[in-house]
Amino acid sequence: MSGAGSEVLSQASPTSVISIRNLVKTFPDQEGRPLRVLDGITFDVDAGETLVVMGGSGCGKSTLLNCLIGELRPEAGRILYRTKTMTEPADLLTMDGHTLNELRKRFGILFQSGALFNSMTVAENVALPLVEHSYVDPSIIDIVVTLKLQQVRMLPHRDKMPSQLSGGQKKRAGLARATALDPEILFYDEPSAGLDPVTSAAIDELIIDLSKKLHVTSVVVTHEMDSAFRIADRMVMLDRGRVLMIGPRAEFERIRSTPPDRLENDDQKLIRQFLNGEAEGPLTDAEGTSEFEKWIIAG
Amino acid sequence: MSDAVPQSAPSRLVTGITAIGQSAINSRRRLARAVVYVGGMGYLLFDTLIWLSRGLVTRSFKFAWSALAGQMVRVGVRSIAIIVVVQTFIGIILALQLAPTLEAYGSLESIANIVGIAMFRELGPLLSAIVLSGFAGASIAAEIGAMVEAEEIKALRAHALDPIRFLVVPRLLATVIMLTGLSVLADVVGVGGGLMTSWLVLDIAPRKYLYFTQMALVYKDFFTGLVKAAVFGVLISTIACYEGLSVSGGAEGVGRATTSTVVKSIVALIATDCVFTAVFYVFEL
Repeated sequence: MSGAGSEVLSQASPTSVISIRNLVKTFPDQEGRPLRVLDGITFDVDAGETLVVMGGSGCGKSTLLNCLIGELRPEAGRILYRTKTMTEPADLLTMDGHTLNELRKRFGILFQSGALFNSMTVAENVALPLVEHSYVDPSIIDIVVTLKLQQVRMLPHRDKMPSQLSGGQKKRAGLARATALDPEILFYDEPSAGLDPVTSAAIDELIIDLSKKLHVTSVVVTHEMDSAFRIADRMVMLDRGRVLMIGPRAEFERIRSTPPDRLENDDQKLIRQFLNGEAEGPLTDAEGTSEFEKWIIAG
Repeated sequence: MSDAVPQSAPSRLVTGITAIGQSAINSRRRLARAVVYVGGMGYLLFDTLIWLSRGLVTRSFKFAWSALAGQMVRVGVRSIAIIVVVQTFIGIILALQLAPTLEAYGSLESIANIVGIAMFRELGPLLSAIVLSGFAGASIAAEIGAMVEAEEIKALRAHALDPIRFLVVPRLLATVIMLTGLSVLADVVGVGGGLMTSWLVLDIAPRKYLYFTQMALVYKDFFTGLVKAAVFGVLISTIACYEGLSVSGGAEGVGRATTSTVVKSIVALIATDCVFTAVFYVFEL
């Protein structure tokens, strides 16, 4: 094994499907200076688990997701994938185009809007990855499409155009498309955003159901706390591009229900404020909002 | 505020130098943007041609013939009526504008020669391309721009599907094929407009008009027009796809892209036509 290869292996946890190491991504601010949106992110995603990535607006969670799917290129760090077809972990950032596309066939993504192709019917949307990446007979593809749509309870809508679907139906159809190639990893970008509570709960049930039935590893980016606590095995809290805390759901539940004065440190107080959706606390103080409000009130 | 020191107005010299400096900086920025734009378009075209050759020559992926057919209908078939109307009017206008001058020289029949050559070499391909840039170019830019905003392009990449192969290749090929075909139609219709006007208004017999047209035209007039049409098709589709793929900023961004596609296409078409005409003149084509 080469030196670089052994270094990659040593950085990846043996049980993890994704290992993120010291990820740094910057964007220019309004004056053109580099602003660190991801500032040394490090964590692992274990095989078969559902990991929820959460944080306030602008904390870097969408940027992180875009880096994980190869849509954005970080300036520094490593994103190590270990799928079933790989003999050793491979770094997404050093992959050539062909290898990246082969990896992409191993994961599915549910986009915030569903991102269905508007010129195709629901069934054609689900069939597209199969038509493009497999050489099976169209009748087999049709059977797979039927199964996938059945799985997300969208079979009655198979011949509808995306414009005829509701928000929740679009997400379910998007989920059927994301699972078309039987992926090992599923990424969800704000799966409950813009949905009513009942539809949101139905999508959450679907995520849990798919995770159990397909044995996939799921990474869910969300700031909907009810949804996050329903589906998560583990949770990661991001704040200003850093990992504030990573741990099992129970630990976050404990912080959520503990009074602020009984928490161990400022980070936990900040997490508690976010989890409970409170307007006042260290999170808003850090952003200066509360000070600004005080200044306005004081005249 | 009595401690404040009154600021004196800058001298004309300082204002002038500042204006020149600012103008130089702005020009440099504009030039940099233009280089990035042309470079980006060049790269897009190169990538499209690579995918096209892979699909048609090496057959390393399934070429989407149905997508090509759909785009040909959308770009070309739906443009037929508007191009017929525009080119008929152009034929009529040309004949009526030329008539007084040519009548004064006693060679009214030369209308057929001039209309024929103008249509086949210049106005057929150029005006068809201008009509198509507003009709199909804007629509391509808006469609791809909306797809960018709806995360459809991101979804394509996430499914290991290249947006250039999937979206740009059929649109470029369809625009080139259909504009070449429409250009032939435009030539014929334009000559027809001139013929009708000459027959009904200027009292030139249709057979005589066609005879003069036939005498004036040579094969190279027809083929140079076709070459122009094909290149114009590449220009319109590349600009439209590039503008669409570069969309940002929601619905406003899509609106900007469509306007920009039409404006840039028209400028590029006329500039390219000028270069073609100069080259054909030098090489006597």
